[in-house]
Amino acid sequence: MVAITSPAFKANAKVALHDANLQQALTHVRSNFIVRRAAAAAALPEFDALRDSSRDIKNHTLANLDLYLEAYEEKVVESGGVVHFAETGEQARDIILAICRNAGARTVTKGKTMIGEEIELNEHLEAAGIQPIETDLGEYIIQLRHEPPSHILAPAVHLTQKQVEDDFRRAHTHLDPNRDLGEARDLLAEARLILRQRFLDADVGITGANFLVAETGTSIIATNEGNGDLTQTLPRVHIVLASIEKVVPTLEDVSQILRVLARSATGQDITTYTTFSTGPRRKDDPDGPEEYHVVILDNGRSEMLGSQFQDMLRCIRCAACMNHCPVYQEVGGHAYGWVYPGPMGAVLTPKLIGIDKAGNLPNASTFCGRCEAVCPMRIPLPGMMRHWREREYERHLQPATYRWGLGVWAFFARRPALYQWATGLAMRALGNVGHRKGRFRALPLAGGWTRYRDFPAPAGQTFQEMWRDRQRAAGGAKS
Amino acid sequence: MSSGSPMDARSAILGKIRRALRVTAEDPIRNAAVEARLNRAPKGVIPARGQLDEAGRVALFAQMAEHFAATTERVADAAAVPAAVAAYLRGHNLPAEIRMGEDAVLNAMPWPKTQIDVRHGPADGRDAVGLSRATAAVAESGTLVMTSGQDNPTTLNFLPETSVVVLEAAAVAGDYESVWATLRKRYGKGVLPRTVNMVTGPSRSADIEQKLQLGAHGPRNLHIIIVG
Repeated sequence: MVAITSPAFKANAKVALHDANLQQALTHVRSNFIVRRAAAAAALPEFDALRDSSRDIKNHTLANLDLYLEAYEEKVVESGGVVHFAETGEQARDIILAICRNAGARTVTKGKTMIGEEIELNEHLEAAGIQPIETDLGEYIIQLRHEPPSHILAPAVHLTQKQVEDDFRRAHTHLDPNRDLGEARDLLAEARLILRQRFLDADVGITGANFLVAETGTSIIATNEGNGDLTQTLPRVHIVLASIEKVVPTLEDVSQILRVLARSATGQDITTYTTFSTGPRRKDDPDGPEEYHVVILDNGRSEMLGSQFQDMLRCIRCAACMNHCPVYQEVGGHAYGWVYPGPMGAVLTPKLIGIDKAGNLPNASTFCGRCEAVCPMRIPLPGMMRHWREREYERHLQPATYRWGLGVWAFFARRPALYQWATGLAMRALGNVGHRKGRFRALPLAGGWTRYRDFPAPAGQTFQEMWRDRQRAAGGAKS
Repeated sequence: MSSGSPMDARSAILGKIRRALRVTAEDPIRNAAVEARLNRAPKGVIPARGQLDEAGRVALFAQMAEHFAATTERVADAAAVPAAVAAYLRGHNLPAEIRMGEDAVLNAMPWPKTQIDVRHGPADGRDAVGLSRATAAVAESGTLVMTSGQDNPTTLNFLPETSVVVLEAAAVAGDYESVWATLRKRYGKGVLPRTVNMVTGPSRSADIEQKLQLGAHGPRNLHIIIVG
């Protein structure tokens, strides 16, 4: 069971900041992802035009989402597949479980699916006696550790290589203790060996989908390892788990978005494997699944349409926002306390689990704007975090002291003369006291700030007073 | 099949979408816009990078494929492919065995002139080397386009540790959009084969400390033989 710890974001963040392994692992986010994306964007002169084009395609699709879902469904059925709609995670799990039982499934291989995490699919399969096997290397590692992913692309990015080696030695009991696993490539080879047989043995393969194409009834996965393809090609049954907003109109449309997806994610021009699956195996096909099911999940997304949060449904899960986020870079993904971390998570999570539980997340932002600047779909993430803050305030969800402080400030701010007098008094007092050292190590009522950093001593005048003096001096010189 | 009737969930979701958007299913303007887009499939922004003549496209394709860690070579005609495959296998200390589908072009090649043991059918996980013929390729990103079927089973692209792909120079397009046009001509509008694999280099993972490793669950080596 993935416990929601979003309400404890501040405590989670504090633990994260003191976790030496995590801090070492996070250095790779801070450097690699950012450098690679920048290089890929710079190498394609049409990159920004493609971002505009991608945004427009998704806007058009969302405005007609009902019609495109119907068109998509019709094509899937035409190609011999089955479409299942699920309003909630529970419905989606029941549908998947019924398909697995019908197939007599004992083991299920899985490609990486964030929606699978969202609906806690593994836990429910296990409870029903069906063994889910994660096959993406990062997902495999965190499954061994019974941890949720900490990043939507690189689920194990919070771990060091040494931690992975220790996990493999603990879980793969057949391993010779003298065998060298000191390099990342040794660990990958070990995972490949273990998982190869699992791929061949599995009864059902479950993947997510990066896109659904209405024109052809096709599901698309964009991957690098090849695990998703083995998952959806080898077992007798393939189940695609996707949410309603994954649909795009045509192959041309998805080609526009594919050009910005991998560049924003890993800095590749396109992922190693971009696979288009349409229905079950055909009459003369020697391989591929005999059954092809698509489970389309809503889980609250339809309510975002026509609201301040509609733009969030353009998200293609590239992770550029979290890679570039100064908060994510410091605390990692687990501190956010649920499936989706970083700026996209700060916007999506309150919608999916409730602002009462996720209210801290839109506040965990410096509003530096880097997430919006790099978002390939031009989603106004900081603006939407601000909307959540407003809603949180309206619903009286912040601590009393916070609301009281804002109330005091508002009282003075509405009375300019009083405000200037009071701030002038305060600046003179602080300026006199702090004059010698130029900074305060502790300040009454500002302990939250000074616990981690010094507060600079003010100049002894307010900005407005300085401005008035300067204007007066300039005016005197002129006349 | 599931708790509640599946048709209920479908109409509930479509109803919620329509209410949220404040639209109706019958609105003729929306229906016309959707139909027009699905039928016309307008192209968006096409990068200038791949808009070259055939020689330029083939050169760019090879350069991009190698950038993504594939290896490439060029031979004069189809008859030269078996010898090139044999040389590749020898050069990489691989056994003289390949697995391939029923592709007529590959079948017509002079395999008996080499020592290679050619086996046919989908891969079963024990084959060291798979041989496939690409349907098309995209110069822009060094991407192969493989289509499923008896001729070239999908498993050949993923299970063997070494994937060798034959690509005709004339099949190298500048961009993805040109490939969709080709597939529509071959399969019909709105129809795709069961699987279309776009393949760009050998499989890889950077899941451990962001260190890029080649050879994850798919092939460790991707060798492309360009014909013509």
